[in-house]
Formats: sequence, C-alpha cells, structure tokens
Amino acid sequence: MKQITTIAIKEFKDYFISPIAYIVISLFLIVTGWFFFSTFFIFGRADLRDFFSLLPITFSFIIPAVTMRLFSEEKNVGSYETLLTMPVSFTDIALGKFFAATLFSLSLLVPTLSYPLFIAFIGDLDPGPVIGGYIGAVFLAGAYSSIGLFASSLTRNQIISFIIGCAMCFTLTILDKLLFFMPEKIIGIVNYVGSNSHFLNIAKGVIDSRDILYFVSVIFIFVFSTYLVMHEKN
Amino acid sequence: MIEVQNLTKYYKDFCAVDNISMTIRKGEILGLLGPNGAGKTTTLRMLTGYFRPSSGSITIKDYVMPEDNLKIKSLIGYLPESAPLYHNMLVYDYLEYVAKLKGIDDKEARYDRFLQLSDLCGLSAIMAKPIADLSKGLKQRVGLAHAMMTDPEILILDEPTSGLDPNQIAEIRNIIKTIGKEKTIIFSTHILSEAEATCDRIAIINNGRVVADDTTANLKQNAGRSSFIRLAIQGAQKNDVVDLLSGISEKLDISQVSENEKHILSFEIRCSDNTDFRSQIYLKIKETDWIIVEFQKESQALEKIFRELTREEK
Ligand SMILES: Nc1ncnc2c1ncn2[C@@H]1O[C@H](COP(=O)(O)OP(=O)(O)OP(=O)(O)O)[C@@H](O)[C@H]1O
Ligand SMILES: [Mg+2]
Repeated sequence: MKQITTIAIKEFKDYFISPIAYIVISLFLIVTGWFFFSTFFIFGRADLRDFFSLLPITFSFIIPAVTMRLFSEEKNVGSYETLLTMPVSFTDIALGKFFAATLFSLSLLVPTLSYPLFIAFIGDLDPGPVIGGYIGAVFLAGAYSSIGLFASSLTRNQIISFIIGCAMCFTLTILDKLLFFMPEKIIGIVNYVGSNSHFLNIAKGVIDSRDILYFVSVIFIFVFSTYLVMHEKN
Repeated sequence: MIEVQNLTKYYKDFCAVDNISMTIRKGEILGLLGPNGAGKTTTLRMLTGYFRPSSGSITIKDYVMPEDNLKIKSLIGYLPESAPLYHNMLVYDYLEYVAKLKGIDDKEARYDRFLQLSDLCGLSAIMAKPIADLSKGLKQRVGLAHAMMTDPEILILDEPTSGLDPNQIAEIRNIIKTIGKEKTIIFSTHILSEAEATCDRIAIINNGRVVADDTTANLKQNAGRSSFIRLAIQGAQKNDVVDLLSGISEKLDISQVSENEKHILSFEIRCSDNTDFRSQIYLKIKETDWIIVEFQKESQALEKIFRELTREEK
C-alpha cells in the first residue's frame, strides 16, 4: 500500500514537471469550454448537458494523452529497469501509475467547476445532474485511465501508445451507436459493453449499481491486463 | 550465497546466455569479464530479477527465483549498465523516492543515509540539480548511491567505473574493496587491470558461455609464459646488448621494440619457462657502462587469457 502511494505521488508530481500536462490541460479546457459556451451564446441555454454528453468522447482523446507516458517513457529511457529491480511488486507499480493517471485526469475537471458556478450565478442550476455528471466523470476517468495504462504497457513508443489508447477508448464510447450494424443476438451484450450509456445513466443522476459495477470491472480488467503484460514482457 | 544453475536466456531464437552455472560465496568479489555482447548484462539482469531466465534456476540465500522475487530484490543493490535514472527529477527527490521504495520509512534515517551516501559517492554539490543536467559520470555516481541505498548484502554493478574520472575510479575501487570484505559483490567490467586489482574471482564469458571461472591468482598462474621484462638502455649498441643477454641463458628470447631519438633502446625479454632472470640481467649490465633507464617485469596474464578465450573462431 505504501509502495503504491509512493509511486502514485511521484507519477502525479511528474505530470506537473513536464510540459505535456499543461498542453493537455489547456486543450481540455478549450474543447470543453467551447461545448459549454457555444450552447450558451448560440442557443442561450445555460446547462451542462452538452459538456457531459460529450465528455466520453473528449476523455477518449485526452486521457490516452495523459497515460501514454506511464510505461512507454520509462521503457524508452531505461528507468524501467531501475524501477523493476527495486523491491516493488508489479501490482504496486500498475496500481500506483493507475491512481496517478486517474487523479491527474480528475484534476483536469477542477477548472470546469467554474461552469456550474457560472450557471448558478446567472440563473437556475439543477444540482442533481451536475453532481451525477461529476460522479460519472470520476468513474469514466478511472476506466479510461486503466485502458490508457494498458496501452502504455504494450510499447516503448508514446505515440503508438496514445493511438492504441485512443482507439480503444473511442471504440468503447461509440459502441452503442454501432448497434444497428450488429446481429440482433449480441445487441444486448454490445450495449452493455459500451461505456456511453453507463456514463449517461450516472450523469442523469440515476446511480445504479449495475453502472458502477461496469466501470469497476473495466478498471479491474485493464489494470489486471497491465499486470499480465508486465509479467509477460520481463 | 548465490547459486546459479544452468541459467539460459533466449531472445527469440538468439541464445544470449547459454547454460551458465556458478556459485558465489558470501564476501566474494566476482568480476565478470567478456567482450561486447558476451552476455554479461543479460546475466546480471537475470540475477536481479529484471529478466526472467528462459530456463535454469537462481537461488540467493534460501530464496528461490521467481517465487521470492521481492525478497531477493530487497537483498540486492543494483547499478544498471548505463545508470538510467528519472531525468526530470532532482537528485535529492530521486534518492528520496528510491529510499521510500526500498523501505526506509523514517525521515531521520533517510536523511542520515543521504549524508553518508553523498560523502561516499561525492554528491554534495549536485543534490539540488535535475538529473537530466548531470554529466555521465555524475549520473553514474547517483546510480551508485541508488545501489547502496539500503547497504544491501549483495551488490551487482554493471560496469560501475565506466564514464568516471580517474579519481572517482580509484574511489569506486576502494569502495568495492572495502565493502567487499563483508558483502558479496558481482561486477562486470572491460578493464582487465581493474578486475585483477579488485576481484577475488574472475569469470570470463564469451558468447553466453563461461569460458573461465577461477580465483584471480590461479588464472594468472595458469597463464604460463606471459610475463616479460621491459628493459631500456642508453649508450649501447643493439647487437652488443643482444649478445650480452643471450649469453645469460638460452631460454631468453629477446626482441627489440624501439630506439628513440636519444638512442635509448627498448627491449622485451621473455623466458620460455617463466624463470625470473632479473638479477642475472642486472649483474651483467652492471659490468658495462650502459645506463639502465627502465627495468621492470610486466605481466600480461589476464590480457593473454582473455584474448585466447574470447577470440572469434574463424
Ligand atoms: N533486449 C534484447 N533483445 C534482443 N537481444 C538482446 C537484448 N539485450 C541483449 N541482446 C543481445 O544479447 C547479447 C548479449 O548482450 P549483453 O547486453 O548481455 O552483452 P554484454 O556482455 O553486456 O555486452 P557489453 O560489454 O557491450 O555491455 C547481445 O548479442 C545482444 O545483442
Ligand atoms: Mg553490458
């Protein structure tokens, strides 16, 4: 546990040393800011519906950029050897890096709290969906971070790791839009596997254990796969 | 202490380490020699648990790889080949991170250890520098501090002196010799004299196989006719010198190496059965009016063995 915390803190601090963090933060704020303010100015609507409904897509590009360095950079520089020959288990490393990435992804959301504050200031804010949206975002960030972590463990090239991560997160996000291509028998399964509907359920303020279970399973599967990859590659 | 049996490592189809077995006793300093690509680094990486062997077993104390991997890792201090460190961290932060991961939880204890290490490895001036800005040798020193952080029972150092300045090399050798009295040390190097001076035992690896593994003294002895006497003389004619020396014994084989502009003649004198003829040579030359400018016995034992054992077969 101590090891996990040590690794997580180190990785989290690392984000703020490298310029990538600031680029990612700015990009994220520009994109979400655009979703928010365009509806506000064009349609005169002050709500966070667009912000949250597009969050899965935004996250599927932003989070892989956050996670791409987790393993790839260490493998490329060679510090992976230093890390692995210290008395830490694969599980500690995988979890430490996972928590750091999730935490950083969540810290991206902190500036966006100004949107609901802004709405509350100029008009009526329905707190339910906002709270639900942020709770959903926590789970979504966790799930996509675990996918990005897994992608990063596969290669020493950060660009490839980013592309694999994006492809996987994006596919998971739009899976439910592809339903009508699928044979009827598997529609139910595919629908469950897609992340979008689970997120939107939580974001509506309906907190269902099935949705939570879904995200927790995704996180478990990909952190565990990362562990397997680490084990296989050494 | 360390027991390695039939250790083998394949990279895809390529066999980098081929069936190595050896036992390393507590308190022994083992030098690993071998040409580039021989498999030294691969062997050390398996010992430290970074690579899983394709087959074979490693037992350290009573712990078996890979079941007791974590326990073994905490016994070993390891300096990787090119001291790869976290570039964006400060030296101090890096050491702090390492100390925490290695289980030095107490803040005071960590701080004390940093002071000792910074003395030992000469880090005091660079503690607050980012690792990326350090020179190769300075990085190597940080790597050494990393390896010795917990004062481990076993030190595994992959080319510890590469990239260091002469002062630092001497210092590292001293450290190795001093702590080697109680600890077990395995290190690889390309500098034969270094191995000769510091190791109790030397293993030479070529193409993934151990081609020699013996105490340093034994290896040198078995090298046979490999020492020679270097003699430089001023104020003599080449032929006179050769005549005089050949008069001492038929076993001597004299070759002239050079003559410089000050008319100093240099010779290499070998003896077919390794008897030491130095006193006879000296007495003979004393009868003449030549001036001895250089007169010393040189041993090429290790170098010769190394060359012979690791030559590419054509
Ligand atoms: N990760 C790897 N993948 C494939 N082949 C490798 C890998 N690492 C090493 N090799 C090969 O295994 C052989 C042994 O390499 P190793 O690094 O152990 O040599 P070495 O004795 O340490 O050499 P040097 O003196 O140059 O450090 C080399 O032929 C090398 O090309
Ligand atoms: Mg090497």
